[in-house]
Amino acid sequence: MSILAVDHLGLTLGGNVVLDDVRYAFRPGRVTTLLGANGAGKSSLLACLAALRVPTRGVATLDGGDVQTLDRRARARAIGLLPQAADVHWDIDVATLVGLGRLPHTGRWSMTAADRAAVDQALAATDMTVLAGRSVERLSGGERGRALLARVLAGQPDWLLADEPLANLDPAHQLDVLARLRDVAAGGSGVILVLHDLHLASRVADDAVLLKDGRVVAAGPASTVLTAPLIAEAYGVEVEIGVTPAGHRFILPIGR
Amino acid sequence: MTRLNLGLLVALLLAACLSVAAGKVWVPLDAWSAADPRSIIIVELRLPRMILGMLVGAALGLSGAVMQGYLRNPLADPGLFGVSAGAAFGAVLALYFGYAAQIWLLPAFALAGAAGTMGLLAVIAGRSGSLILFTLAGMILTSIAGSLTSLAISLAPTPFVSSQIVTWLLGALTDRSWDDVKVALPLILLGGAILATTGRSLDALTLGEQAARSMGVDPRRLQLAVIAGIALTVGASVASAGVIGFVGLIVPHMVRPLAGNRPSAILLPSALGGALLLTLADSLVRLAPTVSELRLGIAMSMLGGPFFLYLLLRMRRKLA
Repeated sequence: MSILAVDHLGLTLGGNVVLDDVRYAFRPGRVTTLLGANGAGKSSLLACLAALRVPTRGVATLDGGDVQTLDRRARARAIGLLPQAADVHWDIDVATLVGLGRLPHTGRWSMTAADRAAVDQALAATDMTVLAGRSVERLSGGERGRALLARVLAGQPDWLLADEPLANLDPAHQLDVLARLRDVAAGGSGVILVLHDLHLASRVADDAVLLKDGRVVAAGPASTVLTAPLIAEAYGVEVEIGVTPAGHRFILPIGR
Repeated sequence: MTRLNLGLLVALLLAACLSVAAGKVWVPLDAWSAADPRSIIIVELRLPRMILGMLVGAALGLSGAVMQGYLRNPLADPGLFGVSAGAAFGAVLALYFGYAAQIWLLPAFALAGAAGTMGLLAVIAGRSGSLILFTLAGMILTSIAGSLTSLAISLAPTPFVSSQIVTWLLGALTDRSWDDVKVALPLILLGGAILATTGRSLDALTLGEQAARSMGVDPRRLQLAVIAGIALTVGASVASAGVIGFVGLIVPHMVRPLAGNRPSAILLPSALGGALLLTLADSLVRLAPTVSELRLGIAMSMLGGPFFLYLLLRMRRKLA
């Protein structure tokens, strides 16, 4: 069982303390959301986990080893990142795009049967199989988001990290992507999401890490973290938390 | 894809035959044997010139493809990095001080110019690996090297030197010998081998810097490989043929519709296509009915300028 953790993690950027003494062990097979107001350090924490940023203090570890010193390709096979930017700089077709997700596995550009199977599986998991031959520039926003998710899935990482995967998606596609991410967690991988929408977070999260000014306000099972007093402390807003007649939890901001 | 490369190779072979035959003196196939006195034209003039043209074309085509992939900009060309300008300035210095009498000194100065520009680039933009910084630094270095070159021309000790510099800057493969091939061949092969290793990383960069890094790409190592590979290929090209622009811009665009848009898929076709384009162009300038030979550099610019404009117009909707 793979364990991704941060210990005494601190990050200072240009004299500003972005993260301060963050400690948490992420659990595989669960969806963990990183929450907090703008500038709380969510994306920075994700970047440290993905080894895109070098922490000023402390360490992010994968199975006990510092992610910074892991072999780059081994790390890329274990930790997949879906960045917020939906860049695809060359107009390639969807299958080629998803095939890029196999780069940490293949030596050169010679796809093995296992590579192709992983690509097919990722295409199927995101309902993109029928669009496999379509050029990326002719996809709708939602389809493009799914294709990019499929790219990460094709790498079959133990950990899937995503920075605001629901931004710019309409409600139907948001629910769609959330369902796929839940499937990934159900398959045994760990899913770590940066979200700014509390409501969607409460729908998808098993666990939550609530940040304020780079420090952890609360962390653990979502039901214990997403409470009115803790949210008020982290975001500075009053919220009403309730359950709809159909049994869905909701979090509604009502005032400062 | 392999069929495309094979096709390009066959075309290149045919172009090579044309290049050996074409010129002020047309040397037909049946005169290619050692017995014919015209064979000395082939062995001492046409062959080295043809090989040099192929090497320079392949170097420029490959470096253009790598640069476009690295900068994720379809308008990128070796000129953009400042390497061509830096190499040209080095060579101009050699001409200015009259060192060019020694066969090894002009290439040495051109390579030093290319390496110097690349070194400066690495110092200015190397630590961050940022593309915007890298591009801007390259543009500024291009303009500095250009103004220093102009300074050298304006301060030339004799009119002969200044005309020598200007003629050389125009770019050509005229009167090249085996000595030039001996200098260019190892440098371009080494640079090409380094550039060939970047394909996988360039593919990953299609998804942006962050995604590429998360896929295991080391941005600093990639930048180092791009810098070293471009300095060697473009430096050696400029040293042996002067400044020949637009090959690196045109060729990748011509092979993309056939090879696909994935950056690694166009590396080999771009090298072959560049060799083909320059071999053909160099044969045609020799056949052109001009009094003195049409300069290859000028011919390529006259072809490349409008092509650049065409690309720009086609991309206008997207850029605006």
